[in-house]
Amino acid sequence: MLPETATTHLKTDVLVVGAGGAGMYAALEAARAGADVILAERSLIGRGGATVMAQMTVAAALGEQTPDHWEHHLADTIAAGRDLCDERLAAILCEDGPRRIREMDAWKVGWAREDGHIRQVQAPGHDRPRCVYVDFLSTGPAVSRTLRTRLNDASGIRRIGDLLIVDIAVHDGAACGATALHISTGRIVTIAAKAVIIATGGLTRLYRRNSASSNMGGDGYALALRAGAELIDMEFVQFFPIGHLAPRLVGMDPIMWDPFRYKLGGKLLNSEMREFEESYASRDIRSDGRYVLTRDLATYAISKEVEAGRGSPAGGAYLSFQHVPPDEIRRAFGPVVDRLAANGIDLARQPVEVAPIAHYHMGGIRVGETLETRVAGLFACGEAIGGANGANRLSGNAITEAFVFGARAGHHAALHASKQSIVWSPDAVGPTMDLLRRATRRDTPNTAAVIASVQSVMSDKVGPFRTDGKLRSAIESLAAIGNELGSDPIASSPGGVDPVLVDWLDLRNMLLVAQAVALPALARTESRGAHQREDYPGLDDGWGIHQIVELAGAKLNIKALSRRVAA
Amino acid sequence: MRAVLAIQRGGPGQASRVDSFEVEFEPGQSVLDGLRLVRRDQDPSLAFRFSCINANACKECMMLIDGAVDYACTVRLKEGVTTLSPLPKKALLRDLVTEIAPPDERLDRATNNGAG
Repeated sequence: MLPETATTHLKTDVLVVGAGGAGMYAALEAARAGADVILAERSLIGRGGATVMAQMTVAAALGEQTPDHWEHHLADTIAAGRDLCDERLAAILCEDGPRRIREMDAWKVGWAREDGHIRQVQAPGHDRPRCVYVDFLSTGPAVSRTLRTRLNDASGIRRIGDLLIVDIAVHDGAACGATALHISTGRIVTIAAKAVIIATGGLTRLYRRNSASSNMGGDGYALALRAGAELIDMEFVQFFPIGHLAPRLVGMDPIMWDPFRYKLGGKLLNSEMREFEESYASRDIRSDGRYVLTRDLATYAISKEVEAGRGSPAGGAYLSFQHVPPDEIRRAFGPVVDRLAANGIDLARQPVEVAPIAHYHMGGIRVGETLETRVAGLFACGEAIGGANGANRLSGNAITEAFVFGARAGHHAALHASKQSIVWSPDAVGPTMDLLRRATRRDTPNTAAVIASVQSVMSDKVGPFRTDGKLRSAIESLAAIGNELGSDPIASSPGGVDPVLVDWLDLRNMLLVAQAVALPALARTESRGAHQREDYPGLDDGWGIHQIVELAGAKLNIKALSRRVAA
Repeated sequence: MRAVLAIQRGGPGQASRVDSFEVEFEPGQSVLDGLRLVRRDQDPSLAFRFSCINANACKECMMLIDGAVDYACTVRLKEGVTTLSPLPKKALLRDLVTEIAPPDERLDRATNNGAG
């Protein structure tokens, strides 16, 4: 029993769960529409999540570099999505993108410029230079800082860090708030809200090697499932092909190499020091022979080279800039060159090793055009939603969707709240309160080790290349881990910060979400985009459908949905 | 290679103690890597803050490392003893976790100033 079962109760119009790019934008837009907002973040405001880590580019059809139209961006998004995008959401993403990029520009984010215009660069899968960025590898930190500054200046938004949302409260089929654990004191916090927005990002923490924050364990998907919402396209986990592998780098994002490649044309080499991308590029009908392998194909190419015994020593590929003069490297990356030198890396003299790394989740919470789920008053945005990016996300779309869907969810949640009065029932939080109060001190299992074993199962059996046998084995292992963990939370300390209790609550979510990925992956007997079945190679036109996951009692159900219905 | 992490532990109002953990590491690994190994292999109740793991983007893993304020994700593990303690000028929450959120991003402020 937790000794500290004191509770705090708060009320608001709109509760936003998660303060990365999407959550911060949602809070700003909801407040702009007149709502009173609580922005809850399990980490610190604007510090957790994936946005702050983005060192990369942001796609929008601004037409600053070359003439462009959002419909061209949409065509590239749909092509990259392997014919599985929810075209309504993809269109919203591409059409609203420029407006949000310009709004961020007005808020002084500092997009890189040249000759008096915002600079846009080419990224894989795009038909023209479309991607903006902040030098040097500072896009994410600059975006986070800009949104945090806006939050500071906005009125009507209460920001609360160290607040872990445990469950959405539902009353009469509508979201009415949430139950939370205040991590720094161990207090239980209940929040009554007229609308709730899930902006918790993706699920990359389910994998051993990942490029996102430690808090991206798929919280929002589990919150949505338990609240009665549906998930869509959950089998599509994007692996970023050239995540840093060796030598060990500290203080840098593992996905940092892409901007280097845009600017300097880094070469991917196998152990024979031979370029191999082109031999795979012919598989991509969109390839024009330049560096245009989309992420799913590049992941495939590197993995196949390793499999054929042509991998680098640490098990990936070499990425080389040795053909680029040192002063050009310096000019392109300024202070980053010094950070690399501090890690003992001189790009002019040596290649680095790279390998695929869990990076992003295309699937997520199913929403309509107002970003509302099938649960009244429950909205979602950012990476937490599914559909816009189909089976494979186009590079540069993640930050754009954080802005666009964040703003849109904030706006519609505020509208919803303006027509509602607070509906609050202690029954709506009863089961979660009971769960938290059942926490008992136990020494086994070691919750941190259990998280590591979930990551092993997912990496080894539900990674980029899947088979029927591996997936069935993963589903069994996950169930066994769940049994070992038990249905009563494990605590380690009497109140206050309790990392074991947080692990247990995370595992409760991670295990549910891991199953919600593995089950539709098992059912989809084809290879499409980020979902590659070694036993079912190639795309099957009959599988041009979405799979929907919902929770019925303790069981996950899967339904197939033809694309024509979705679009 | 082996590192010993001598970690100051305890909560607010408690007498602090130092627990030492030995971890095996490969050259290049960070102090944060070591702390995560301690939790996974020895003591999951060890409390420290981090979010971004490796990118030095979240800035949450700041602590005293051998007496100097630094980030656990950028300081490398070394052979022999490394002492770790919480930031001295911030309110202690537990072990290496201190209250580093700006005052207006805390629960107590939201409770006192809120419409609720």
